[in-house]
Amino acid sequence: MSHSVELHQVGVTFGATRAVSDVSFTVEGGEFFSILGPSGCGKTTLLRVIAGFLQPTEGRILIGGKDMAALGPNQRPTAMIFQSLALFPLMPVWENIAFGLEARGIAKAERRRKADELLKLIALEGFGERMPDELSGGQRQRVAIARALAVEPQVLLLDEPLSALDLKLRQHMRAELRALQKRTGVTFIYITHDQSEALAMSDRVAVMSAGVVQQVGAPRDLYDNPATPFVARFVGETNAVACTVKGIEAGIATVDCAHGTLAGRAGDGLESGASATLYVRPEALKPGNSADNALAATIERVDFEGAFALAHGVTDDGMQLVASISSTDLAAAPSIGARARFGFNSVNAVVLPDG
Amino acid sequence: MAELYRRFGGGLGTLFLALVAVWLAGMVLAPNVMMIDYALRPNLPPSQIGGANDVYSLDNILYLANEGVHRAIFLKTIWASALVALVTFLVCYPLAFWLAQHATTNQAAIVLLALTIPFWINEVLRTLAWYILLAFRGPLNAVLLSLGIIDEPVRWYGDGGVLAGMTYAYILFMLFPIYNSIESLDKSQIEAARDLGASTWRIHWRVVIPHAKAGIATGCVFTFMLAAGSYVAPALLGAPGSRWFTEIIYNWFFEGGDWNRGAAYALVLLVLCLAVVLVTLKLARVSLTEVAK
Amino acid sequence: MSAADRIARALFGFYMAAFFLYLFAPLAIMGVATFNTSRFPTVTPWQGTTLKWFQELSTDSGMWQSLWTSIIVAVCVVAVALPVGTAAALVLTSLHSRARSFLYAVMVSPLLTPGVVIGIATLVLWRQLGVGGGVVLIVIAQASFIICYVMLMITARLQRFDPTQEEAALGLGASKFMVFRRVLLPFLKPALIAAGFLAVLQSIENYNTTLFVRGFDTPLTVYIATKVRTGLTPAVNALALIMIALTIAGAIAYEVVRRRNAARLGTG
Repeated sequence: MSHSVELHQVGVTFGATRAVSDVSFTVEGGEFFSILGPSGCGKTTLLRVIAGFLQPTEGRILIGGKDMAALGPNQRPTAMIFQSLALFPLMPVWENIAFGLEARGIAKAERRRKADELLKLIALEGFGERMPDELSGGQRQRVAIARALAVEPQVLLLDEPLSALDLKLRQHMRAELRALQKRTGVTFIYITHDQSEALAMSDRVAVMSAGVVQQVGAPRDLYDNPATPFVARFVGETNAVACTVKGIEAGIATVDCAHGTLAGRAGDGLESGASATLYVRPEALKPGNSADNALAATIERVDFEGAFALAHGVTDDGMQLVASISSTDLAAAPSIGARARFGFNSVNAVVLPDG
Repeated sequence: MAELYRRFGGGLGTLFLALVAVWLAGMVLAPNVMMIDYALRPNLPPSQIGGANDVYSLDNILYLANEGVHRAIFLKTIWASALVALVTFLVCYPLAFWLAQHATTNQAAIVLLALTIPFWINEVLRTLAWYILLAFRGPLNAVLLSLGIIDEPVRWYGDGGVLAGMTYAYILFMLFPIYNSIESLDKSQIEAARDLGASTWRIHWRVVIPHAKAGIATGCVFTFMLAAGSYVAPALLGAPGSRWFTEIIYNWFFEGGDWNRGAAYALVLLVLCLAVVLVTLKLARVSLTEVAK
Repeated sequence: MSAADRIARALFGFYMAAFFLYLFAPLAIMGVATFNTSRFPTVTPWQGTTLKWFQELSTDSGMWQSLWTSIIVAVCVVAVALPVGTAAALVLTSLHSRARSFLYAVMVSPLLTPGVVIGIATLVLWRQLGVGGGVVLIVIAQASFIICYVMLMITARLQRFDPTQEEAALGLGASKFMVFRRVLLPFLKPALIAAGFLAVLQSIENYNTTLFVRGFDTPLTVYIATKVRTGLTPAVNALALIMIALTIAGAIAYEVVRRRNAARLGTG
C-alpha cells in the first residue's frame, strides 16, 4: 500500500495575500484524490507545498506518517506532473524517463532497461530515441507520466496535466490515468478546475475556493449533498431559489419563497426562520405537477445537447430556471413561449443556509 | 540572493557570487578607483612617493583645462565624435528601415550577413583598407582624377579620412539597434499613417523615429563612445593637424612618461563618455536595461 | 506608379548601391592590392601581377609570432569570460526589480567605457601590484569587458528558459548540481558557443585596450598597426585577404545551413 498524505492546518501567505488557509485533510494510501476549484483558488499552491517547491507559512505535512518539513522536493517520495509537462526538450525520450534513475546513480544499462519497460507500459515501445518535440500531445503526456513513475514514487502529484489536450484525447487520457492508478496502486493527488474530470476519475474530491477547502467527499456525495452554497453551485448545474425556512422535520426543511411553499433536505446548520437557498438540479425538475413541489416558468428556449435538452425558462419573479429533459422525452417537452410547470421531489433538493 | 541559493544550492551559488565579485570588484571597480587615485596625485620620482609632496590635488585635470592645444583637441574630439554618430545614423537609417519593414526574410538574411563580413576582420585591418584607399597616390584620387572630378590629388588623411574610417568602423553598432527597434513596429501603423494622408517624410518623423527612439539612442551612444575612445583610426587616417584626444593620452603614458597626467586625461574622457551616455538616454527616456545588443 | 514613386525608387536604389560600394570597395581594394607588385599596397598604378606577397607573409616570423600571441590571449579570454559571464547572467536573473536594475547597470558599464580607459585603468592597478604589461594583463583587461557580451547573450537565452524544467528535475530527485549540469547547461549550450565565438573575435580584433597593457608582447593588431608606421608591404594585405576569404566562406556556409534548416522546418 502506498503512502498516505496528511495535511494539518496548512496555510500559505505571499506577502499580503493569503493563498491557502487552514487546510486539513488526509489522502489515504492508494487513493485517487482530486482537488477541484476555480483558477486562483489556491489548489496549485497547495500541490506545490506538498511537492516541496514551496514552504508552508504554517501547518504540517506528513507523507507516510513522516513529517516533510525539512525535506526538499528532491528528497520527498513524491513525483509531480506539471501542467506544461516540463519534459526536457534536449534529451531523447528515454533519457527523460530515466532522469530520476540517473539522479539516483543507477548505471546506464539499467536505466535504459527500465526506460524501455516503462515505454512498453505507456504503449510507446521504440520511441526511446525520439526527441520530445517529435511526439504528439498525447504521447508527450504519457512520457511525462512514465518519467514520474520511473522513480517509483509513493505519491504522484498531477497539476492539470490534461488541460492542453483536445476533448476526445482528454477523455481517453482520463480513462488511461485512472487505469494506471489502479494498476500501480500509487496515491494520486490530482488538481483540476474541470468538475466533470474530478467527478469521473476520483475516489474522493476536495473542493476549494478562495484558499479554503469547502468540502471533502466522494463525487456522488459532493453532488447530492453539497455542504456549502459554493459547492452546490460549482459542482454541476443547479437552480438556486432564495427562501426563508419555515420549519424542519425529519431532515426535510419546509421553506417559503416567491413560488409558494417548497421543501427539500435540510443542510447542516440550517435553522428555522433563517434566510436560505434551495438548490435543485436541472435533472430533478420534471415537466408536470406530479411531484411534491412545483415551479412555474415561461419557456424561453430549449437547447438540444444530444443525450438531453436543456429547457431555459424564467419564473414570474424573474428567476432563471433550467430543466434537463431526456432526449427520449423530447416530444412531450413544453414549447417555446409556453408557460410550464416543473415538479421535483423534496429528497432531490437541498436547502442550505446563506452566507 | 536567496533565489540564487534556492536554485543552485550552497556550492554553485557561492561560486557564481565569487566569480561575479572578482569581476566587478577586481576587474572593473578597483582599476577605475586606482586610475582616479593616479589622476589626483602628482607625478613624482620614486624617492618622493609617499612623501610630503604626495598629496591629492586637481592639478592634473586643471592642466588639461589650461593647456590650450590639449583643450582644443579635447573639445574637437567631442564634437567630431558627435559628428561621427550623426553621419553614421544618416548612413544607416534608410537601410535599417528597408531591412526591417520591406525586405523579405531571405533578403534581410543575406544583407545582414553581408554587413557582418567587414566586421569579422579586425578594426585595424578595416582602417588599413581606408588607409590604402585614401592614400595620396591611392585609388580614390586616381579614380577622381581620371573622371575629371578633381584636377590634382587631394590629401584625404586628416579630419575627412578619420570621419570616413570611423563611420565605416561603427556601422554595425548603429545599424543593429535601429533595425531591431524598427522591426518591432507594426506595418499597419505605417499604412494607417499613409492612409490618413501623411507624407513619407512625416511618417518617418512622427511614427517610425519615435518608435525606434530606444534603438537610435543606443546606436548613437555606442558610436559616440567608440569614436571618442578610438585610437587606431586617428592614428592611421589622421594628419598632424587632426590629432585625437586618445593620442594625447597615449603620449603621456608611453612618450611623456607621466602616468598621473595620462590617468587624469583618461578619467576626463571616461566622465565625458558616461555623461554623454546618461544624458542621451535620459533625454530619449530610454532605460539602461534597454541598451543591450 | 507615379513619378514621385519612381524618383523615390531610383533614389533608394542609388543609396543602396552607394552603401554597399562604401562597405565593400575598401575591402576589395585591400584584397586586390595583394597581387600588385608595388611595394606600397595599392591598385593604382598596377605595376604587375605577383604572388610574392604571400611568399613574404609566410616568411614574416613577426607576423606569425603575433598571431600566436593573439590566439593564446583569445583562448585565455574565453576561458575567463564564459564562466564569469554565465555566473553574472545567473546572478542577475535571480534578482528582482531594483537590485536587478542596479546590478545590470554596473555590469554593462564596461561596455560604455572607452577601450583606452579600460586599458589604462588595468595598467595602473597592476603596476601598483607589481605586475607589468604583457599577455596576462591583456587577458585581464580584455576579459573585463568581453564578460559583458557573454553576460548579455546568456541573459537573453535565459529569458526563454522554462523554470518548471528545474522543478521537474528536482521533483525527480536530482541534486541542484545535477539540475544545473543536465538541464540548465545543455539549454545554454548554443548561447555559450555563440558567446565563445564572439569573445574570440572581440579579443583578436581588440586594439584600443590592448595597446596600453601589452607591455613587450605584440598581438596581431598591434603588429599590423606598427607595420603601417614602420614599413607597410602588401604582405599585410595577403593576411587580410586570407581573413576576408575565410569570413566569406564562413558566411556562405552559414547561409547554406540556414536555408537547409529553413527548408527542413518548412516541409517537415
